[in-house]
Amino acid sequence: MKALRKYLDKIKPNFEEGGKLHWLYSTYDAFETFLFVPNTTSKSGVHIHDARDSKRTMIVVILALVPALLVGMYNVGLQHYLAIGQDVAFLTKFFYGLLAVLPQIVVSYVVGLGIEFAIAQVKKEEVAEGFLVSGILIPMIVPVDTPLWMIAVATAFAVIFAKEVFGGTGYNIFNVALITRAFLFFSYPSKMSGEQVWVRTADTFGMGKGAVIDGYSGATPLGQIATTEAGGFSDFAFHGITGQPLSLSDMFFGFIPGSIGEVSTLAILLGAVILIATGVGSWKTMLSVFIGGLVAVLLVNSFAQNAIMEMPVYYHFLLGGFAFGAVFMATDPVTSARTEKGKWIYGFLIGLVAVAIRVFNPGYPEGMMLAILFMNAFAPLIDFYVIDANIKRRAKRAAVTK
Amino acid sequence: MANRIKIKKGLRIPLLGDAEETLRGRVTSEYVRICPEDFHGVIPKLAVKVDDAVKAGMPLFFDKNYPEMLFASPVSGVVTNIERGEKRRILYVEVKADSTIQYEDFGKKPVASLSAEEIKKSILNAGLWFLVKQRPYDVVAAPTKEPRDIFVTGFDTAPLAPATDFILNGSEADLQAGFDALAKLTTGKVYLSISPKTTHKGLRDAKNVVITEFDGPHPAGNVGVQINHIKPVNRGETIWTLNASDVAIIGRLFNQGIVDLTRTVALTGSEVKQTGYYQMVIGTQLNSIFKGNVTEGISLRYISGNPLTGRKIDADGVLRAYDNQVTVIPEGDDVHEAFGWASLSPKRYSAGCTYPTYNKKYRLDARLLGGPRAIIVSNEYDKVFPMDIFPEQLIKSIIAFNIDKMEQLGIYEVAPEDFALCEFVDTSKLELQRIVRTGLDLLRKEME
Repeated sequence: MKALRKYLDKIKPNFEEGGKLHWLYSTYDAFETFLFVPNTTSKSGVHIHDARDSKRTMIVVILALVPALLVGMYNVGLQHYLAIGQDVAFLTKFFYGLLAVLPQIVVSYVVGLGIEFAIAQVKKEEVAEGFLVSGILIPMIVPVDTPLWMIAVATAFAVIFAKEVFGGTGYNIFNVALITRAFLFFSYPSKMSGEQVWVRTADTFGMGKGAVIDGYSGATPLGQIATTEAGGFSDFAFHGITGQPLSLSDMFFGFIPGSIGEVSTLAILLGAVILIATGVGSWKTMLSVFIGGLVAVLLVNSFAQNAIMEMPVYYHFLLGGFAFGAVFMATDPVTSARTEKGKWIYGFLIGLVAVAIRVFNPGYPEGMMLAILFMNAFAPLIDFYVIDANIKRRAKRAAVTK
Repeated sequence: MANRIKIKKGLRIPLLGDAEETLRGRVTSEYVRICPEDFHGVIPKLAVKVDDAVKAGMPLFFDKNYPEMLFASPVSGVVTNIERGEKRRILYVEVKADSTIQYEDFGKKPVASLSAEEIKKSILNAGLWFLVKQRPYDVVAAPTKEPRDIFVTGFDTAPLAPATDFILNGSEADLQAGFDALAKLTTGKVYLSISPKTTHKGLRDAKNVVITEFDGPHPAGNVGVQINHIKPVNRGETIWTLNASDVAIIGRLFNQGIVDLTRTVALTGSEVKQTGYYQMVIGTQLNSIFKGNVTEGISLRYISGNPLTGRKIDADGVLRAYDNQVTVIPEGDDVHEAFGWASLSPKRYSAGCTYPTYNKKYRLDARLLGGPRAIIVSNEYDKVFPMDIFPEQLIKSIIAFNIDKMEQLGIYEVAPEDFALCEFVDTSKLELQRIVRTGLDLLRKEME
């Protein structure tokens, strides 16, 4: 480490004011602060500072995402080998998934961070860490067969138009990863929904070659129930890609077709535990999303007319992106409500709207993305009313004493 | 039994270097320097020239807006230097101190027999008015304004703060005289806030004041928090605030007829070898208590005050006007810590839970430990801000300088020190106290 420090000190003058590479200062600074804690000391105000900084916060979120990512990778392999009817070892499945997902992660990071670095450079600011999380979220919420160029285009669009035009990390109104997904969803609907995109049936870099077995169907469970002809939930059964019945434990552990990150409720719960224990994610938002979902489902169940209206609440929580959205998307502090009371309302409405979209809109089997984006837009309004109560209280107090 | 208010939000920062409760004697220095920048809101006009002889209590300068507001010399001697900085701003007035202090005689006056006007005049004349501060704006109080109430905080909860009971030892009578004087200065009440642990008779059994106990972590001892819980400041109202040790100095003026700006000062901090308490007047050079008593070989930060709100001084700096505490911590600019974001080091302290906590005390340096960012994390300030105010939204309205919003969100109730803990925990490493200070100054310019 000492040699590295010496090297950094040696090249630093090139990047400082007057140096040849001054135009790359933000990039240099990003790498230096990644390697070493900056030794700038406080100039005004408090003389001591908490050890938590923006980097630490983002790293914790990434750590919380890792279980869902790993299980998701394994599931990509699992679904693939099921589809081609081969029985392979655990590690082979995982490795196949890793190979399939890694390029997406790389593309998302290279494009997103590239833009972030360039813009930080132009604005002569430090590179903010926000995209470290968005960059890993993006591959986790799109189907595994999304073409890489689409991810690149969508990421670029989201980073520029959903974040940087608003001023960068901390100023965006909408969740960047969800804007990426929404962009893909509306631009390339055929690649984002339906039966063909959730399971990679082709080989990856030559690995896992094989013909798809007869009777294969790649529809997600939510897709199945949205399009079912069954009159009620009791006449309906979820099935896997080879037609095998799906149990609740398959759904809980994540052995179902779906986006990489969202399939394993167990891994998501593990992530939730990390976020709550470290205080990085708001348990109030998470809990209220589930409460909102519960209330909506119970309501819909009470006058159910078809299978999806009859679907019990635990299926809603286990399937699709409900849990993932509640834990990792709704809790994004920048786009969520910022007041504590506001978080309860914000989360509750996300749960409510997500279920409403799922149940009443067969065109969109999944409602979480739209629900969160919708509530992102309303979060400032919720905060406005929470803060307004405080303002009114103060005004009233002043009026009384006059 | 005093009314007790429990403060739940806040933070005790476990720092190394609490002062041992031993009085280690009196510190004097050849030169005493008074820095006008300590007296916020005051535009200093000199009352002395170089080579003038002064006695303790005679004015060194006065306020341009309130010429009756004098600022006393803490010692007798000869004015040797008036150091000026940019735009001829006065940095300090230096007095070469006599070996024994000659006091200007103001005459002993029983407070009970004086009128409000006489008391105000006595304090102004003696050059002690600066001890009274006001909200809004957190500046030296305007003597012409009628305060709604006066709030006195009788304890300090800041990290490494001196024990108020200890520094007020023996000043029971002065304290009471001070309270009596203050009680005459307002048609409202004098509120004294004390720690539930205090056993100091002058505080616990104080007369002529309304006593409230505040139980909880820092900032429970901040007068701003106490006001917010007892009777918040509204638009158009003015209240005055003091520290109990300053009340004793005012009481001393009436009881003894002299201006004695002696403070009992705690020497604290992880880099101090032998902590303890010293008596000294304000403006005393501190190098004699630092010399040989601090860690050698690393760069150090000397602070007059506590690590949250104190002022950075040099190794030969002086005790600033309002401080009962001097702190020495590592500067940290010579530390290069690799991969801090992944660190599990027991040396790192965080109020949140993103670092493992080891149940012990920490040696924190002056590094920011991160880069400045936009406000990202929510509910961070609220957790250490026990007032009925939305701190983040108020900060944003100050940055935007939206006067209406600032008023609505409670700018008149706050002082920069109330945001010190927010600044400490801030993941985005923003200079919140500076933001609030600038906002208050601009607002004052706009409104007055």
